[in-house]
Amino acid sequence: MQIAILALQGAFQEHGAALDALDASHFEIRQRKDLDRPFDGLILPGGESTVMRKLLLDLELFHPLKVRIQEGLPVFGTCAGLILLARDVEGGASCFGTMPIVARRNAYGRQLGSFHTKGEFGTYGTIPMTFIRAPYISDSDQGVEILSTVNGKAVAAQFQNQLVTAFHPELTKDCTVHAHFLQLVSNTLPQKAAC
Amino acid sequence: MENNRYGLNKELAQMLKGGVIMDVTSPEQAKIAEEAGACAVMALERIPADIRAAGGVSRMSDPNMIRGIQEAVSIPVMAKVRIGHFVEAQILEAIEIDYIDESEVLSPADDVYHIDKTKFQVPFVCGARDLGEALRRIAEGASMIRTKGEPGTGDVVQAVRHMRAMNSEIRRVVSMAEDELFEAAKQLGVPYDLLCYVHENGRLPVVNFAAGGVATPADAALMMQLGAEGVFVGSGIFKSGNPRKRAAAIVKAVTNYHDAKMLAELSADLGEAMVGINEQEIKILMAERGK
Repeated sequence: MQIAILALQGAFQEHGAALDALDASHFEIRQRKDLDRPFDGLILPGGESTVMRKLLLDLELFHPLKVRIQEGLPVFGTCAGLILLARDVEGGASCFGTMPIVARRNAYGRQLGSFHTKGEFGTYGTIPMTFIRAPYISDSDQGVEILSTVNGKAVAAQFQNQLVTAFHPELTKDCTVHAHFLQLVSNTLPQKAAC
Repeated sequence: MENNRYGLNKELAQMLKGGVIMDVTSPEQAKIAEEAGACAVMALERIPADIRAAGGVSRMSDPNMIRGIQEAVSIPVMAKVRIGHFVEAQILEAIEIDYIDESEVLSPADDVYHIDKTKFQVPFVCGARDLGEALRRIAEGASMIRTKGEPGTGDVVQAVRHMRAMNSEIRRVVSMAEDELFEAAKQLGVPYDLLCYVHENGRLPVVNFAAGGVATPADAALMMQLGAEGVFVGSGIFKSGNPRKRAAAIVKAVTNYHDAKMLAELSADLGEAMVGINEQEIKILMAERGK
């Protein structure tokens, strides 16, 4: 299993460290030729979504990645990554738009609104959550499974092979969300033939 | 769970990594910077090159001017206060700035003490020329460090000198025996526990950007290859012939700083770079302010 991490800007090294802790191999995508390497899952990290959106377009990564996501490539977006996947973005432009959710950018205000908390993630129990100038999911279509709710707002969700969190699991030592994503990736891989 | 403000502030700096923070003096420039891919903007009334040219005392910008920029863009907005001027910092905190730069670019308000940054909720970035300055600023509560370089010159030599000095001292500290750290902390004038962090991790405990004199995509990539985690560009963009194009090129250079072919493309046809002044030709060394 090989995971690609979009490394245009932001906290992509932290995702690499989280995957290292789970013994998952990974590499960085910084330009078009990096897409020639095979990969089974994609991580869109935290950072500034406006920067990543611009670089995705300018570096001609946008269309090939969008096609692969639409074809079912498992993808995990944190914070800015959630915004990149959302169909609609309040307070900004949408990017891939492959996930039928509405993201509200900077939903908690400026840096003074950033916070740490703990919350339920799916059926895994309580995990630490770090929100940095974070968005939340203000609306979603049927078929989107809400995995976490904090203060009445949806902050983690899954739709088919697309997983998003408004918080940053890569900034904590808790690997629950990354492990969930790797399971999702592994479910899409062809079963190894017994021989 | 208690909110660890300092932790959150260090984490915001992590989100800025691999990005370019651009000096802007108006909402229009802030828009151009955001569209070009800036990960944050630094709001100030005059860019360093003009501060240098104008002379006189330079201070925190008008809060209304900063508010105008906050309203114009969705990315984080930073602003500068004078070294030691904690009331200017209180004012910026009151308007909910995302990051305060306690900056040698402005005239220092205190020639002995820096701001006690632990008293604030908002994050601070500070300049440093070497490991000692960096760790002293971190001890005072800075959650991000940048090289000082020499602002407003378009001359990258000092940023290179400061980054190399910091990295070489970090390597020296890493190689020390544990019982040598006490004396090293004394010599550097830094807290022992922060030096232990550097010894164990081989890096500063906060994100470290390059700043001061970066004017071209090649300068930005140079600083990244020397170990910077991102780049501040001050006068280099809006003092150049084609700010929009140059800004976008520097952003791409910071992402693909190892790809010489791409850097060649990015460096072509950018129009005139800021004229710049060599370090020997300037009267005020801003990097000498605050130690």
